[in-house]
Amino acid sequence: MIEYFGQIFVLFGINVILASSLNVINGYCGLFSLGHAGFFAVGAYSSAAFTTLIAPEWTAQSPHLALLVSSLIAMGTAGIAGLAVGIPCLRLTGDYLAIATVGFGEIIRIVFLNMDVVGASRGMPGIPRLTTIPWVIVGAAFTLIILNNLIKSSFGRCIKSIREDEIAAQAMGVNVRFYKTFSFVVGSLFAGLAGSLFAHNQEFLHPSNFVFMISVSVLLMIVLGGLGSQKGAVLGAFIVTLLPELLRLNEFVSQIRMLVFGLIMILVMLVFPEGLLGLLKKGSLKNKFFKKAKNEPGFSGAPL
Amino acid sequence: MIFSELLQYLINGLSQGAVYALIALGYTMVYGILKMINFAHGEFYMFGAYMGFVGLSVLGLPFWAAIPFVIVTTGLLAVLVERFAYRPLRGANRIAPLITALGVSIVLLELMRVTAGAQPRAFPQALDNVTWELGETLGILQDVYVQRNQLVILGLSLFFMGILRFIVMKTPMGRAMRALSVDFDASRLMGVPINRVVAFTFFLGASLAGIAGIFVGMYYNQIEPYMGQLAGLKAFTAAVLGGIGSIPGAVLGAFTLGICEALVVGYGESSYRDAIAFGILIVMLMFRPWGLLGTPERVKV
Repeated sequence: MIEYFGQIFVLFGINVILASSLNVINGYCGLFSLGHAGFFAVGAYSSAAFTTLIAPEWTAQSPHLALLVSSLIAMGTAGIAGLAVGIPCLRLTGDYLAIATVGFGEIIRIVFLNMDVVGASRGMPGIPRLTTIPWVIVGAAFTLIILNNLIKSSFGRCIKSIREDEIAAQAMGVNVRFYKTFSFVVGSLFAGLAGSLFAHNQEFLHPSNFVFMISVSVLLMIVLGGLGSQKGAVLGAFIVTLLPELLRLNEFVSQIRMLVFGLIMILVMLVFPEGLLGLLKKGSLKNKFFKKAKNEPGFSGAPL
Repeated sequence: MIFSELLQYLINGLSQGAVYALIALGYTMVYGILKMINFAHGEFYMFGAYMGFVGLSVLGLPFWAAIPFVIVTTGLLAVLVERFAYRPLRGANRIAPLITALGVSIVLLELMRVTAGAQPRAFPQALDNVTWELGETLGILQDVYVQRNQLVILGLSLFFMGILRFIVMKTPMGRAMRALSVDFDASRLMGVPINRVVAFTFFLGASLAGIAGIFVGMYYNQIEPYMGQLAGLKAFTAAVLGGIGSIPGAVLGAFTLGICEALVVGYGESSYRDAIAFGILIVMLMFRPWGLLGTPERVKV
């Protein structure tokens, strides 16, 4: 039982890292990316390749140092992948960017599916179990602290201005191209860290761990909590990790838990599209239920 | 020999392309009107395949009656989805409908998995399949095989695309659809019944995807709940390749994609078949994001 909760906690920590890193790209910079699973995969595979293929003896001698080094390697490779994907993709905007990132995410997965060194479609077994709960806490805290500081810095103000109005930001002298690429790379860097922790927790990697639905569930976390809020990302990661597990408790519900998950996704969007934290904003509940007339279209429309 | 190999791949590519085209049309019509990527569209195709299964083996319908059955059931499903999941969010920001579409996709997939089971099912042989060798039948080329199913798929797909073309270009409903894709708000002010037109668009798009579902069941002889995911993404790729929002573009993009895939499978690495679709997509997005037949959108300050 303790092990079970430990496992859930580890997954929660990994999801926090994934959600808060996607939040930089999606929530703060306003770049609609649906390929986060790809960078997660790059991090997972490269760190696992380091500990199982490149330096297995050294890993056995000093596991903690090995996890640290392999995580740094994972961040490096995922960051490079983010740069490689970001430079061409970020010329696109809106829906087109979303499509292109879906495409890159799938291509990354298919490349691993055909890469024989890391087991191709057989999967990659025998990864040492190095991820412990303290390491997950350190990883998640490190991510949150770094990202929060970045967001509060001038970098954060620049990417928020890009989100609000790209053309106006450019007119004010913000180097839009540079900051977009930078935020994309920062996001993928931390997705790589999550990948490293994931690989050394699961002990086995398969390309089917990194399908499109993973990117969707990370997106769901940040949308559920409220886009552009790190507290929201943590809350969303908590719910998305815990909910499927809670639904497992009843046998019948356990059968249809993904169905319930999908329904909740739809309902959240229909009922509070601002995310759960949007509900807590001052007066928003009241506005929603009592002052509806004010938000009717027509009052705020363009002058005729 | 080289020529007959090439011809063989072209034949395979054309029938696969026809299936992609039927699915891609739904994506492109919905995007053209609502500017929304309907990620649940692949599930309509999967649903159509299962409805074809129900029609053919449970209800015992003949093939010609199973197609209208699929058109009606899949179309109605799409109308329901539009009414209850998408319509309340119309005019909201862009991210909410997208997430909802992904949620709808999960719900439909899981509903099918829970009710029909996750394991693949054998699709009934609706038509006797005959394989002709061109060398024997026509006496011209050796080693080129054509299945009758491939011809049926190609022929019927072109037939339904013709019907769609007629509806869009010649009927009042089609004119309303074209009006909405030009200017949604102005059409509303001009008295176009937008809700009815949008519902009709979903009906059309989903029923075409459902027909594609029957065809694929017939061609590969098996269907499974997960079949809609990759097919949906690829058909979407086809729609973007041709220029999303453009109906002839979707058909052109789908045939291009089908033939490219068949050539890659034939001459190179079949394991990279799925990567090709996305590779083409990305190259296209880099250099001509509005697609082969689309028109570039200008941003005004």
